[in-house]
Amino acid sequence: MHMALVGTPNSGKTSLFNALTGSRQKVANYPGVTVERKEGFFVTPNGRQVSVVDLPGTYSLRGRSPDEEITRDFVLGKAKGEVAPDFVLCVADSTNLRLTIRLLLELKATGRTLALVLNMFDIARHRGVSVDVAKLSASLGMPVVTSIAVRKGGTAELLRLTDEIAGRERPEVRQNLWRPLSASELRTTQREADRIIAACVSLPARPDTWTAKIDAIVLHPVAGLLVLLAILFVMFQAVFAWAQPLMELLSSAFDALGQFVHDALPAGLLQSFLQNGVISGVGSVIVFLPQIIIIFLFILLLEDFGYMARAAFLMDRIMGGAGLHGRAFIPLLSSFACAIPGIMATRVIDNRRDRLTTILIAPLMTCSARIPVYTLIISAFIPEKEVWGLFNERGLVMFGLYAAGISSALAVSFVIKFFMWRDYQPAPFMLELPDYKLPRLKSIAIGVYTRAKMFLQRAGTTIFSMMVLIWFLASFPQPPAGVEDPAINYSLAAMIGNAVAPLLAPVGFNWQIAVALIPGMAAREVAVAALGTVYAIEGGKEAAAQIGQALAAKWSLATALSLLAWYIFAPQCASTLAVIRRETGSWKWMALTFAYMLALAYAASFATYNIAVALGAG
Amino acid sequence: MTEHYDVAPQVPLKLPLELPLELPLGLAPRGYVGKIHRLAAGEATSALSNDELESRLIELGFVEGARVEILHEGILGRDPIAVRVDNVTIAIRRREAMAIIVA
Repeated sequence: MHMALVGTPNSGKTSLFNALTGSRQKVANYPGVTVERKEGFFVTPNGRQVSVVDLPGTYSLRGRSPDEEITRDFVLGKAKGEVAPDFVLCVADSTNLRLTIRLLLELKATGRTLALVLNMFDIARHRGVSVDVAKLSASLGMPVVTSIAVRKGGTAELLRLTDEIAGRERPEVRQNLWRPLSASELRTTQREADRIIAACVSLPARPDTWTAKIDAIVLHPVAGLLVLLAILFVMFQAVFAWAQPLMELLSSAFDALGQFVHDALPAGLLQSFLQNGVISGVGSVIVFLPQIIIIFLFILLLEDFGYMARAAFLMDRIMGGAGLHGRAFIPLLSSFACAIPGIMATRVIDNRRDRLTTILIAPLMTCSARIPVYTLIISAFIPEKEVWGLFNERGLVMFGLYAAGISSALAVSFVIKFFMWRDYQPAPFMLELPDYKLPRLKSIAIGVYTRAKMFLQRAGTTIFSMMVLIWFLASFPQPPAGVEDPAINYSLAAMIGNAVAPLLAPVGFNWQIAVALIPGMAAREVAVAALGTVYAIEGGKEAAAQIGQALAAKWSLATALSLLAWYIFAPQCASTLAVIRRETGSWKWMALTFAYMLALAYAASFATYNIAVALGAG
Repeated sequence: MTEHYDVAPQVPLKLPLELPLELPLGLAPRGYVGKIHRLAAGEATSALSNDELESRLIELGFVEGARVEILHEGILGRDPIAVRVDNVTIAIRRREAMAIIVA
């Protein structure tokens, strides 16, 4: 049987999907987390195989934005290459039934077999909402069950219902009578929904007081912005300060491993490959795992708590000044983790111009792959110092880099608005602010684990293969016998690097950086690994020295700062460009993103390098 | 059960006395509590067409008779506003809230 999950945004469809299928899709407490269809399978107690599709949330079938169109087309059986669902399960947040019941009345016109599941039933009961399930089922003319998706066994009733529906003689498919509703028809269905709710649901006299109390501070015009700034600041300090001890541990472990391989194997190609290519290269990226975990932990906690929609509310007018929509805030904030989910999250923005602007600037947000690059250079060149007895100087530089990313994104968006879309009328901002929920430890843990695994997988695949390539280029051809200078100077890498270097000389990059930037197109952190390999091979016998020390010895401060500036802007990520191509459906926007980011990177590095040299840092 | 569910059938036009008390939600101050009287998409200068704006407002629960309260407002131009509509909270800009006529 084919089943589809439909419901208003943030009603817990994905939680239910995960509970049914045992899968680990991302859930969070804000509307619009799911932006594409996801399919899973489960077996009912009677042994029936059911395929279930999780669809993006929607308030109606009108399909105003790309994510809502997915839902409409799927439910109506119009999606290309998809089987129309035999059974549409409407998922409702039990604390907030009005909008779901209206959607359900609209869904009835599609002629599909329907049922309603009252999710988060525990929270509703706790808040004093009581539902007469039998009466509701009779008024709606369809089965109604309750569930607590996030609790073990919370879906038992739903499984029984699924069995029952699957066991029925397949009813002849009723005709689809759905068509877009006019405003007055919407109003009529809402009245009907309200009538049903009045008869079957009794609401508590008082709203959730915790949400009101927290919002009094968090949504306060002044205090709210201070809270937002404080959260961001703590997040970036934490990325730097908390991760440090763990990173040092990992780093010395890899050094020891490298040393072990060095001692255990005879000098030669295999030793060089394992020590310089694999351990130095991949190790220099894996070291950053603690930082990746911390940044995702913060973002996941904020999402689960319900803060993200508040941040969008606070930032709406402020971002509006730069030509951005308030809804762009969540995609942009997720871009701090990675631009790819960030760009996909822009599907919740219904206005095409707003969406394109957001996609164009999302890669400027400092993603987690930049952290290794920034950290490496900062720890090599910026002294560990307290500032005003409170902040760490390295943390401040990091904060500055993030701030530079954000301000340049706002500036670019402003320019886009000014030059490309002058006649632009701001699209409306309408967003439900969900009640706060205590973050679920389990879902946070799964979220962090999934991200950490992805990071390690990338280190094991993309980065590893790039490292093999770099090691090969840096090791062959072997130098003629009897020369004094490092072998790498005779390698293919040096030839390529020296060929590109003249282009990058004005921004202060040497040929080693040029070599690292090319595989760095695969992923930003590859550059760090590539530098690790190049300098390890160049270092020859005493290669075990940490890469940071090698950089501090070989680069001027001006070069280091210039590379930092480069990485704020440079479009060094093939996957991001591919996602932009896919989400905008055009090569044009991808090329534009690449070109403008490259131009900004070159200009920023050029300015940084020359100013730094003029100030005596050359 | 909250009181709005048993609201009287709509007879606003027969009560001219109520008309001067009408106010677009977009102009109401923070702390304002009232009931939605009618939707008038034509009175808001939104980027959306009148029909679309009206539909979206209804989908979010802004229907005649609903109780509304302005809980919070933004720092610039006191915009956007966070409105409690019955038992949900919706963030909306004042520009669009002009279409919600409350009394």
